[in-house]
Amino acid sequence: MVMTSYLIVESRDPFESHGFARRCEVAAALKADGASVTVFLVENGVIAARGSARLAELEQLAKAGVSVIADEFSLRERGIAAAELAASVKAVPLEAVTDQMVAGAKVLWN
Amino acid sequence: MPKSLTFLLMDAPYEQSRTATAFRLIHTALERGIGVRVFAYEGAVSLPVTQQKPHPNALHGRGLEEEAHPTPHLWVSALMQAAKDKGVEFDWVNCGLCVDERGATEVVAGVRRGSPADFWKMATETANTVVIATR
Repeated sequence: MVMTSYLIVESRDPFESHGFARRCEVAAALKADGASVTVFLVENGVIAARGSARLAELEQLAKAGVSVIADEFSLRERGIAAAELAASVKAVPLEAVTDQMVAGAKVLWN
Repeated sequence: MPKSLTFLLMDAPYEQSRTATAFRLIHTALERGIGVRVFAYEGAVSLPVTQQKPHPNALHGRGLEEEAHPTPHLWVSALMQAAKDKGVEFDWVNCGLCVDERGATEVVAGVRRGSPADFWKMATETANTVVIATR
């Protein structure tokens, strides 16, 4: 059986609404259901990537085995250096998204 | 056969960062030799409107060139050229009813008029589809 892959794109500031937490719950639930899940932080979503943000949701994603990646360009735009990222977040170029799309990941854009 | 991707865009120009991200993503795909089909719905049908004009910024004392105001119809044209240079497919369909509602009839050459049925066709014929919706 082919494993279903999901790419959850998070473009909103996590401190703006409870939506970020809800979508992290969805990501963890999909992972627990046996899917491969990646959360891609872009635009103001990369605010979550800072280690100093100390977001419990990121720790929960890491524990659940959900990969978290962040758009290099969005990080640069907001002056967030690689050294400032939370340990569980990896900065990536946008090619990471097209690669997953071509590979057939189901994309949920928020 | 090379794979293609479908993008459904909904945001009007000059409104959201989502549009810039979508254009970056489309450009990245084209640069990697991946074909792209775009279905523009609602406000997004105004993205290729050729009447958009850049402007200087008097408040910040910047002239037209220095301001380099973004002009989405030029981005659409640039994506079409990038696809041509790479020899990959690029198709942009504007929802016809959305065009009529907004009077967005003067658009970049090559942009087609269609209906949501075209989006269904795109989604079934390409490797993957992403819907970047308004909110």
